[in-house]
Amino acid sequence: MNLEEFIQNFAEQFDDTDASEFKAGTVFHELPEYSSLIALSIIAMIDEEYDVTLKGDDMKSAVTIEDLFNIVKSKQ
Amino acid sequence: MAYLSFNNVRVAGFATGVPKTVLTNESMDEGQYSASSFIQSTGVKNHRVSEEYTAGDLCYAAAEQLIADLGWDKKEIEALIFVSQHADYILPATACILQDRLGLSKECYTADLSLGCSGWVYGMSTVAGLLASGGVKKALLMSGDGKRRINYVDPLFGHAGAVTALEYQEGAPAMQFYFGTDGSGFDALIIPDGGARNQFSDQSFVPEDVDGHMLTRLQSRMKGMDVFAFGISWGPKSVKRLAEHFGFDYQDQDYYIFHQANLLMNEKIRTKLKLPAEKVPYCLQDFGNTASASIPLTIVSQLRGQFEERRTKFIGCGFGVGLSWGAVHFETENIVVSKLVEI
Repeated sequence: MNLEEFIQNFAEQFDDTDASEFKAGTVFHELPEYSSLIALSIIAMIDEEYDVTLKGDDMKSAVTIEDLFNIVKSKQ
Repeated sequence: MAYLSFNNVRVAGFATGVPKTVLTNESMDEGQYSASSFIQSTGVKNHRVSEEYTAGDLCYAAAEQLIADLGWDKKEIEALIFVSQHADYILPATACILQDRLGLSKECYTADLSLGCSGWVYGMSTVAGLLASGGVKKALLMSGDGKRRINYVDPLFGHAGAVTALEYQEGAPAMQFYFGTDGSGFDALIIPDGGARNQFSDQSFVPEDVDGHMLTRLQSRMKGMDVFAFGISWGPKSVKRLAEHFGFDYQDQDYYIFHQANLLMNEKIRTKLKLPAEKVPYCLQDFGNTASASIPLTIVSQLRGQFEERRTKFIGCGFGVGLSWGAVHFETENIVVSKLVEI
């Protein structure tokens, strides 16, 4: 799996945040639009695109988008 | 691999009992959620809640109605399975009490199953297993949750007790099942205290912060993200594995009745399976998540009057607390669906 594509898929779960905000090092919990509902969309996207079932703790422990990418990669 | 198939068993009818009292979420203010965002994501606008009726009471009322509508002689009912996570007593089994309340034969097989959202599918296989050999000819599956051990209102959940009547019939089309369990997720949905592991104590009543909600240890708590991820993964997988194993096209069914978890999860499951909305009825908007009653309640409240006489192919799929999941493929023809019983 590819980080660029993951960031793009990640960004698509947000409606109001500008695409330029999403980088490998983005601390996504601090994005104003991030909410538990967005977290569920991200979990659904990861299930669909990467066939990986995340847990809530995975979402909590990831600080940056790249951290989450690495968690998904390790579970594939 | 837990694949099961039973011949010679047919569904004779469905009924569901709910409390008369309608609670609405339109005026709620639940911490971080506003009423509109809660309703939009969960789909639960109204739900039925009673501080009076247990799951056993709701099932009893539905059973009396269904037995009358079927014209069954109570003496012929030789098995009763009751599925709930909120039984009338810690002991004895509620199924035993319901045998007597309903006036069924004393020579009746009764047992409780402690399961939630997957429970109706498990109950169906248990009853089908009892009937398939012809040793028992008529049986009732009762399932649902009502009044809790302590009173509290959770805006997502509703109370309901469903009854599914099944009978032995030679030549009835096969009823096919697939089941799974992942007990590593036992604490994804849990009431921590009041069982033998963590006994009742004064501490059980003290509210504690659980992800921003103040809950006592006698209230159910949920790791929402874990349950969501589990449901959207195993809901579709269950349907696909059932169809693959038994060699039929899952797309070629009349209705798909999923456990009514919440709208976001159910819509994700539906779209992953590419199922048309008109074949996937929901009742969660009116009744909330009703655990092991949700599949029969969806049939009673959304399909009554539309399918009873004709041959109809169903897939039912439940998933949740345990973690536990199951899917069933069955057909109905000339069945009885009782009007919703409100008490």
